[in-house]
Amino acid sequence: MKNYDIVIVGGGPAGLAAAVSAKKAGCDSILILERDTELGGILNQCIHNGFGLHTFKEELTGPEYAYRFIQQVLDLGIEYKLGTMVMDVAPDKTVTAMNREDGMFTIPAKAVILAMGCRERPRGALNIPGFRPAGIFSAGTAQRLVNIEGYMPGKEVVILGSGDIGLIMARRMTLEGAKVKCVAELMPYSGGLKRNIVQCLDDFGIPLKLSHTVIDIEGKEHLTAVTIAEVGPDRKPVPGTEERYTCDTLLLSCGLIPENELSRAAGVEMNPVTSGPIVNESLETNIPGVFACGNVLHVHDLVDYVSEEATRAGENAVKYVNGAEAEAGAAGGNATTGAAQAEAGGNAEAGRAHVIALAATDGARYTVPSTINVDRMSDLLTVRFRVGDVYKNSFVSVYFDDERVMHNQKRIMSPGEMEQIVLRKAQLAERPLLKTITVKIENE
Amino acid sequence: MEKRELTCIGCPMGCMLTAIIENGEVTFVEGNTCPKGDIYARKEVVNPTRIVTSTMCVVGGEKERVSVKTASDIPKDKIFDVMRDIDAASVSAPVSIGDVVLADVAGTGVDVVATRNIHCR
Ligand SMILES: Cc1cc2nc3c(=O)[nH]c(=O)nc-3n(C[C@H](O)[C@H](O)[C@H](O)COP(=O)(O)OP(=O)(O)OC[C@H]3O[C@@H](n4cnc5c(N)ncnc54)[C@H](O)[C@@H]3O)c2cc1C
Ligand code: SF4
Repeated sequence: MKNYDIVIVGGGPAGLAAAVSAKKAGCDSILILERDTELGGILNQCIHNGFGLHTFKEELTGPEYAYRFIQQVLDLGIEYKLGTMVMDVAPDKTVTAMNREDGMFTIPAKAVILAMGCRERPRGALNIPGFRPAGIFSAGTAQRLVNIEGYMPGKEVVILGSGDIGLIMARRMTLEGAKVKCVAELMPYSGGLKRNIVQCLDDFGIPLKLSHTVIDIEGKEHLTAVTIAEVGPDRKPVPGTEERYTCDTLLLSCGLIPENELSRAAGVEMNPVTSGPIVNESLETNIPGVFACGNVLHVHDLVDYVSEEATRAGENAVKYVNGAEAEAGAAGGNATTGAAQAEAGGNAEAGRAHVIALAATDGARYTVPSTINVDRMSDLLTVRFRVGDVYKNSFVSVYFDDERVMHNQKRIMSPGEMEQIVLRKAQLAERPLLKTITVKIENE
Repeated sequence: MEKRELTCIGCPMGCMLTAIIENGEVTFVEGNTCPKGDIYARKEVVNPTRIVTSTMCVVGGEKERVSVKTASDIPKDKIFDVMRDIDAASVSAPVSIGDVVLADVAGTGVDVVATRNIHCR
């Protein structure tokens, strides 16, 4: 197997954008490894429109958006392997993968970009003991069945969970002739984008029942009915509020979770809030030269942000590889792997570097990145975060240690939509003693 | 004077708009972050339209279905007519992104186009 400077795990929008930017940044030795039979990731099954307004200034469907990047990968002659499952990423950045043609193989990479995406939360969300009749699907599985296989799972549908995939599937199943009876959401607010609630539910008169959950499912072999009930502030069903719906299909749309088995096994430090790696301003994990971007880092709702983030990861990976080479050259030549590289890429100067920690409190749940090395940051750095509740007419405040430096009012913020602030390098550079930047949500 | 609260669907920002309607006409819109929101509110009140996306049967392709969309917005009350015509139609491989797979769908004057490539089997 050939050696590559940069190996990218996953050929979804994140992996594709990272590859394109790494190539444009001057790296000619890039390999994308994708376990599926085609590039594009989950976008291939997201046939609805609404993608790419920020990136391409037009509204594309998922497959079209993916193809814009696939086309660039092909035009730039970037190498990729399909049907190839990455089995292991070692802390020294040796990637082990397998496919039918090559069998099991290893590649000693100089930098690795993790872009494995996310998967749906398992059925555990359905907190009912006992037998599961046929007819219960995750919303993403139903999306694949309907949009790729052209197979309709059922005619009368109840959806539990108002995440975007559930909302999109409520419309999709309705358009294909099914009757979607309601969408039940445990929380008092929807986890989905507002536009999806308008276009997927309101347009078709599908009721969204907030603070409701499924408490009973009926049917021996195949699902015949479900009972939903309102839940109180303690999330427990309120007696007397039960409603029974006959249905043959129950879709579960209970959120996404980053796919990080490989990262954990590699020794990448994780953020318990995002279930994704902890990264610095360069989107680099605690293992120098291992970068993360896209849904594997934190779940995004806009693929545009995935592409933008991945573009930065690709550029930073090239910087890292170049830095490692310069370092190795300076050290007298032949040490191009292992320890020499681990020392390089800017981490060597960590002792005197100005590193600032980012904290999220008072309603802000997390930030990406978690730390900023001021010397290595770009002139403008976008920090993304999510809030833990719905906030109306509240302020996003940014504190430099105890001093409030940003205070922006927002009409509405909700857990389903990612927020961002932009930090200027000049602003940080003029404060050499700054230790912590805190993002908070304040009422006034 | 009538007031209507809308959520702009022009982009995933989902700005919350308030449209003021006087004598059946939108006279004022607020809450939009960009001009698209103003246009959307004026149109959504008077003449709502949507893009429809679905899949169409492919003959002789490496995949059974090709994803498709209406090339531009169609009137909201025609959504199901458009779906019926898309379901009744089929297309032969190969198909490229942007190919018209069904012209003038449901008398709307709008074409249905492919949104992915399908090679021959
Ligand atoms: C079911 C589902 C539906 C979604 N619908 C929408 C939507 O409608 N709109 C929207 O904006 N976002 C949607 N999302 C979010 C969507 O994932 C992101 O917008 C975007 O696709 C994220 O890009 P990504 O490259 O990070 O991840 P993905 O698109 O998931 O790509 C990750 C890729 O990595 C590959 N991979 C993973 N592990 C390995 C391995 N070990 N070896 C080799 N390859 C591997 C996967 O096969 C996949 O191709 C959806 C997500 C899911 C799970
Ligand atoms: S007003 Fe502009 S920014 Fe806001 S949702 Fe509409 S199109 Fe998007």
